[in-house]
Amino acid sequence: MNSVITQLVIVFAVLIVMLGIAASLTYAERRLLALWQDRYGPNRAGPFGLLQVAADAIKMLFKEDWVPPFADKPVFVIAPAIIMFTVLMAFAVVPFAPGIQVVSLNIGLLFFLAMAALGVYSIALAGWSSGSKYSLLGGLRAAAQMISYEVFMGLSLMGVVMLAGSFNLSDIVEAQKRIWFCIPQFVGLITFVTAGVAEMHRMPFDLPEAENELVAGYHTEYSAMKFGMFFIGEYLGITLVSAFIVILFFGGWQGPAVVGPFLPPIVWFFGKLCVAICGFILLRASLPRPRYDQLMHYAWKVMLPLSLLNLVITGAIILGVKG
Amino acid sequence: MIEGQGQGAWVTDERNGQEKMRKINMVYRWVDNAFSIVRSMWVIFWHFLRKRETILYPEVKQFMPPRWRGRIILSRDPDGEERCVACYLCAAACPVDCISLQATEDAHGRRYPEFFRINFSRCIFCGFCEDACPTYAIQLTPDYEMGEYERQSLVYEKQDLLISGPGKYPGYNFYRIAGLAIKGKQKGQGEEEEPPVDVRSLLP
Repeated sequence: MNSVITQLVIVFAVLIVMLGIAASLTYAERRLLALWQDRYGPNRAGPFGLLQVAADAIKMLFKEDWVPPFADKPVFVIAPAIIMFTVLMAFAVVPFAPGIQVVSLNIGLLFFLAMAALGVYSIALAGWSSGSKYSLLGGLRAAAQMISYEVFMGLSLMGVVMLAGSFNLSDIVEAQKRIWFCIPQFVGLITFVTAGVAEMHRMPFDLPEAENELVAGYHTEYSAMKFGMFFIGEYLGITLVSAFIVILFFGGWQGPAVVGPFLPPIVWFFGKLCVAICGFILLRASLPRPRYDQLMHYAWKVMLPLSLLNLVITGAIILGVKG
Repeated sequence: MIEGQGQGAWVTDERNGQEKMRKINMVYRWVDNAFSIVRSMWVIFWHFLRKRETILYPEVKQFMPPRWRGRIILSRDPDGEERCVACYLCAAACPVDCISLQATEDAHGRRYPEFFRINFSRCIFCGFCEDACPTYAIQLTPDYEMGEYERQSLVYEKQDLLISGPGKYPGYNFYRIAGLAIKGKQKGQGEEEEPPVDVRSLLP
């Protein structure tokens, strides 16, 4: 009985904290972007503009929720729910600290990859059901981008799995006691970050959205909270990918060797998470969007061979050391 | 040589050259590109120490040059009388017809506008009225904070336009210079004005 209550508490805590992070990211991203672009960003509503989040949420909720008459209504309505659902489901396997985890799956990593891959349905369906050419182009790009980047996203993580000897995320974190995987798996880190950015359609790989070419890409026709859900879904996606970067390459809840025990594991985890998220925002602030064919070229001709090479070399070294 | 051919040859040469370079330097190019990504992120990161470009507007106001074409006013001469002589030149010059006025005269023959109305919701702040004005009465000022919630509030009447001072031209008084006879100044008494000559007289 007690364990059930604990489990429920963890479930709701994870849900609320993650949605809270996603909501506050709408503010944090604008402030950080402004910081790196010599501006101030939203600084009027409340102290330091913090009430901007509330103002935006109220605005979103009170806007007219309009479904265009040419849209395929059921699909149009369900598309924004899918991205929220898949991303929040993926948070189920994230180990925040020892014991603080919704479910400890022995295929945790595969579950994450599966859920991340399902997210494309949201965008492809949104683009398709909107009945607008800009949306359709956005959805098309999302699907093509997903196919290219999904391939080496999984491959880039196999080196980590080989080193840890497990798909269970807690085991992977435990395996990084001596050395974080960002050092032996540096190539894996680079490829995974690239794939993660593309997976979550973040700048510089936000081609499905590409507001200066496609109006707003797949969510051109969306308004009010349906648009808000895509927005929150994107920020949840950043948080998710950042969490996985921390877990798989930066030792999860474990602090650096000597200073590790001075802070509780959960603080280490969220500290690293924040740094990773800031990294994503810095990436957005500094890099331009590549052309569509450049994106594909980059995925198939550079990243895929690179991650395969990483896989082969990692495997060979492990085999050599063990055998 | 035909120009088109020349260009074509040039492009082909360039393309061959690029192809060669690409083959030789492919690895170098990739390393260089990757480095440029890291470098631009590094440069952008340190921008957080820079001075902000934003001017925090309502608290901090930008300097507006004195000749800025903003809110239109009607000025008075140094004696405190209205400068406007209701000649309609400003209304005629106005490209959007936002000025309307009605001329009238006081007991001494001095012209002034009975009403003077500027519709600022039409005004494009071109300054043609100021150029056209023979008496420096209508002037544009550096004030631009004229926001209103109702369109009708942007229609300024004479009491809204008239200021108490001479504006940009202190000391100028049209009636002191003009040859017109009004109260307190007969013909020939104006500044730099000679007494009138009786053209019918035969005496020198």
